[in-house]
Amino acid sequence: MIAIIDYGVGNLFSLSSSLHALGAEVTVTDDAAVLRAADKLLLPGVGAFGDAAAKLRMSGLADVVKAEAANGKPLLGICLGMQMLFERSFEYGEHKGLGLIKGSIRPIADVIPAGLKIPHIGWNALQFTEKQSPLFRYIKDGDHVYFVHSFYAADCDEAVIATAEYGAPLTAAVQHGNVFGCQFHPEKSGTVGLNILRAFCEE
Amino acid sequence: MITKRIIPCLDVRDGRVVKGVNFEGLNDVSSPVELAKYYSDNGADELVFYDITASAEGRRLFTDILCEVARTIFIPLTVGGGINTTADFDRVLKCGADKVSVNSGAIRNPSLVREAAKLYGDQCVVLSVDIKRVDGVFRVFAKGGRENTGMEAIDWVRRCVDAGAGEVVVNSIDTDGVKNGFDLEMLDAVCRAVSVPVIASGGAGNKQHFTDLFRALPQVDAGLAASIFHFREVAIPDLKQELKQNGIPVRI
Repeated sequence: MIAIIDYGVGNLFSLSSSLHALGAEVTVTDDAAVLRAADKLLLPGVGAFGDAAAKLRMSGLADVVKAEAANGKPLLGICLGMQMLFERSFEYGEHKGLGLIKGSIRPIADVIPAGLKIPHIGWNALQFTEKQSPLFRYIKDGDHVYFVHSFYAADCDEAVIATAEYGAPLTAAVQHGNVFGCQFHPEKSGTVGLNILRAFCEE
Repeated sequence: MITKRIIPCLDVRDGRVVKGVNFEGLNDVSSPVELAKYYSDNGADELVFYDITASAEGRRLFTDILCEVARTIFIPLTVGGGINTTADFDRVLKCGADKVSVNSGAIRNPSLVREAAKLYGDQCVVLSVDIKRVDGVFRVFAKGGRENTGMEAIDWVRRCVDAGAGEVVVNSIDTDGVKNGFDLEMLDAVCRAVSVPVIASGGAGNKQHFTDLFRALPQVDAGLAASIFHFREVAIPDLKQELKQNGIPVRI
């Protein structure tokens, strides 16, 4: 069973629908016991990092997620959920993340040429890095996925499994052992996105 | 590189797609779910559902249908029509919409864009604006293009973006339905005024019009159309192949 972590941030309807469409058994929950019993964890998220990180901490679920990930349970963070896997974020101040992957979250504006629009919104191609990931076993280099974000994961070269070119190569997906992250929205990326979720379900 | 988006727009009344649509392989051409799936399988990058229902019952049907669409297809969904309050945002977002488009609702209630952007984020709020030239000035029209608000359009768009609108759909009343190409002059004026994504609407009659659009105005992010897609005058896979051959980045 896959548990989608519900900590009051964002809309989980599409994410749970996409997993249902794959035939996965899925539950949306804020119950620590259910998270502990689940085979896999999905950490979603939209909005501001500071607010979301505080909510996850206050709910008491941050420690549960960290402990379960440390035990080897597959964890996938999506969009802001991916960003929260990192050590810290510099989105309007400095905020502490879960620290499951080395690196920090920084403004896209710092690395892309002036004149490009922010947020980075729309369909962009995944460029695989040399690091092979089981997450991509059903898709190919160059496949398009749907992004909406203004901040990106930096200083995390070792974990990057794909980038997207937007004036600079932006971190698109990461993996560190059993911890995975997608900056894009697989639940909004058509067949390609579903195939990424399918691969995670089979982890 | 980010690709140019091609977006079909579906008008829905009482939970059914308006306008006779005729596709091979579609049993129920007025089913929003079937049509959404058809477009999603055939290259649409995003879908816009426009609720033209007047009754409360019709609105309920619309949200039911929206939930079913969002359970079935997994590309971005934008919903417009009858969005007047943040409660309306909430209603359609809960059904799986990703973005909400406001038009007359923002004109009636100038704080709607700001309130919604604060609650749901800029990326969620799409300003849709109907613009027509009156004595050489771009004016904002309300009520589906029937009423001149007297507001200067570029200033209105700029104010809404400052308030938090994350994208702008520019519907040119002057070129809408004429099928003579997008309103490049109007779109250029909007692109110069704002730095958020701009979606062109009104005037597309053939594939070449999309090539002309993205060539003349590389700042435009997407092209939106309804009838030419519904009536198969332009098939999206063909359109995207042609754009690609012309060096315009698209998702194939």
